[in-house]
Amino acid sequence: MTQTVPEQAIVTPAHGGSTESKREWRKYISFSTDHKVIGIQYLVTSFIFYLIGGFLATLVRTELATPASDLVSPDLYNGLFTVHATVMIFLWIVPAATGAFGNYLIPLLIGARDMAFPKLNAVAFWMIPPGGILLMSSFFFGAPGSGWTSYPPLSLVDNQVGEAIWILSVLILGTSSILGGVNFIVTILKMRAPGMGLNQMPLFCWAMLAASCLILVSTPVLAGALILLSFDLIVGTSFFNPTGGGDPIVYQHMFWFYSHPAVYIMILPVFGLISEILPVHSRKPIFGYKAIAYSSFAISFLGLIVWAHHMFTSGTPPWLRMFFMINTMIIAVPTGIKVFSWLATIWGGKLRLNSAMLFAMGFISMFVIGGISGVMVASVPFDIHVHDTYFIVAHLHYVLFGGSVFGLYAGIYHWFPKMSGRMINEKLGKAHFILTLIGFNICFLPMHKLGLEGMNRRIADYDPKFAVLNVVSTIGAYILAVSTFPFIFNVLYSIFKGEKAPSNPWGGLTFEWQTTSPPPHENFAVDPVLLIAPYEYGTEEAKEIIKAGPFLATAAAEG
Amino acid sequence: MQSSIDSTSVVNYPAEVAHGSGHHAHPDHRILGVIVFLIAEAMIFLGLFTAYLTFRAVSPVWPPAGTPELELLLPGVNTIILISSSFVIHNADVAVKKNDVKGLQLWFAITAAMGAIFLVGQLYEYFHLEFGLKTNLFASTFYVLTGFHGLHVLFGLVLILGVLWRSRQPNHYSETSHFGVEAAEIYWHFVDVVWIVLFILLYLLK
Repeated sequence: MTQTVPEQAIVTPAHGGSTESKREWRKYISFSTDHKVIGIQYLVTSFIFYLIGGFLATLVRTELATPASDLVSPDLYNGLFTVHATVMIFLWIVPAATGAFGNYLIPLLIGARDMAFPKLNAVAFWMIPPGGILLMSSFFFGAPGSGWTSYPPLSLVDNQVGEAIWILSVLILGTSSILGGVNFIVTILKMRAPGMGLNQMPLFCWAMLAASCLILVSTPVLAGALILLSFDLIVGTSFFNPTGGGDPIVYQHMFWFYSHPAVYIMILPVFGLISEILPVHSRKPIFGYKAIAYSSFAISFLGLIVWAHHMFTSGTPPWLRMFFMINTMIIAVPTGIKVFSWLATIWGGKLRLNSAMLFAMGFISMFVIGGISGVMVASVPFDIHVHDTYFIVAHLHYVLFGGSVFGLYAGIYHWFPKMSGRMINEKLGKAHFILTLIGFNICFLPMHKLGLEGMNRRIADYDPKFAVLNVVSTIGAYILAVSTFPFIFNVLYSIFKGEKAPSNPWGGLTFEWQTTSPPPHENFAVDPVLLIAPYEYGTEEAKEIIKAGPFLATAAAEG
Repeated sequence: MQSSIDSTSVVNYPAEVAHGSGHHAHPDHRILGVIVFLIAEAMIFLGLFTAYLTFRAVSPVWPPAGTPELELLLPGVNTIILISSSFVIHNADVAVKKNDVKGLQLWFAITAAMGAIFLVGQLYEYFHLEFGLKTNLFASTFYVLTGFHGLHVLFGLVLILGVLWRSRQPNHYSETSHFGVEAAEIYWHFVDVVWIVLFILLYLLK
């Protein structure tokens, strides 16, 4: 691109000479208040925990390759799946979806120089590593073995030290998430560029606003439940212990009041990423901007009143079951609105099938399968049949892996040039996508059938009649494990040796593409003002903005 | 919307503010931040209150048989002190907005004293109650709810003392810059409102 020279001209004054750039990497392990540094800190940290969680999952699948409990002790097996789930939720998807992309993208997307509270932001990030290390340390004391749900009374009697560590760790990670949520809400509401009303915001901001509201309203209730649980566990009170007059069902209600919305905290930001990625690579305006934007809020509101669908078998009275069943099924409506809007966005577009786009389209297809099995388990009679079976494991992985993780990968490929200033290798990216898609389906598709036939989750041994499909599933898990290698190699190689990225490699219209790659300190050479809405592809103005790139910004700054 | 773009003036970057080498003054949204954070705080209490009401609803007898009656006099006086302190602290806000730092210090000192009396009163009550943390479900919820609220009062007290400490510096707080004063005041009102609900739930609702 011809703009390369002026680009560098505006990067250099912001940051000094070559000695400084040699020490550049140190800022990533420091208490930096730059939202871009914090975003990348979140992304790298959570990805490391993803690898750890994936390693635990591989151990779980290896144990399940044979019907007998032979690889690890049943007690350790319980610890493996408990910590696997906790890591994947609290240390990978939540911090990656909200912390990493939220922090990196929001100020850039709304044209701000940083988040509203940069120091608070750094504090929130630096709670993640201690929380994660604490959780890992529980393996030395007997890992918590009552599942990531930690239902009492089981959690009160099983591996108590591990359980106490689990509670403390989740409280730390939850606090971090709340502080992040406060920051996102204030930043999005107050720091948008002139000309950008709420209805001109990029859709990722809408999604993050909805997810942050959920974080703010639901996470504290989990904290309340865990405080009471820790009293039961450590002091010996009996809030949730029936022997002392307590009620374990109250814990389940409080737990799911957070943990069902948590599903949306993990998927809404990813919906936002997809809404950003699809129009850029389809070269078309987004279909149904307002429908996508407002359906995020519909999802987050409905998400708060469906929690007891996790408790259909917990003695929930029939009338209450009906209420939660109907609410749960209604969520399919706003979700369907999004899916159809995305399809209409792609429809007739001039698709650019690169790694980001492939993962985004993989996201839609896999997430829809998870969504449909979600409607199935929302129905009370069906749920009673498959409750606590592998059908649930299949469903949740189609939503969280086929949904969230595919979407996160799409986001990483899409914004890699912006974050690193280098292009990522597309061949390796496609290899990564194909391996992930195949491995994922081989691993989780058979679980639907296993569950329908009655294989219980969370048990180390099982009836030999389930053996064949379990071997298939384990092979799929190994393919998934292998699929991360081309990705890791690709990222490491491209950061150092990749082709230099232009400021706007995909021809995007949102603000982050109008500044250099990577953006300078404080993001923009001059304060941006929104002139055309973010998805007006194909218009004359859009073509001129894309053609002009940051060259104009430089000219404006000099003039 | 603009219809045409020429390379000297616009696109997404009109040259309104030239970017110097240093930091830009970041806009101050801290009060909104405090309020948003208090929504999260309110949700913890709401969760705990709902848990309490559920325990109450599912127990055949509430409080469980054999729970000693709660004395109302001391907590009643304590409640009046805490609620009045909300009015006292508001005077500090009024004072600082008139640049009256002496007034701010006076009202904050009185509020701090009232908060301290409340905490001492609560500790006195704890030591004289006839039930302990593990006596029964009512006793456990009583101590956890009031204790959790007490920690918030303590934190509010620390905030107030912090503002008092900083106000010794001349010009630290003025009619234009008084975030600390407002934040402490909002927090203190919040702690008050929570106590009113708590008092009704634990002491008055029979």
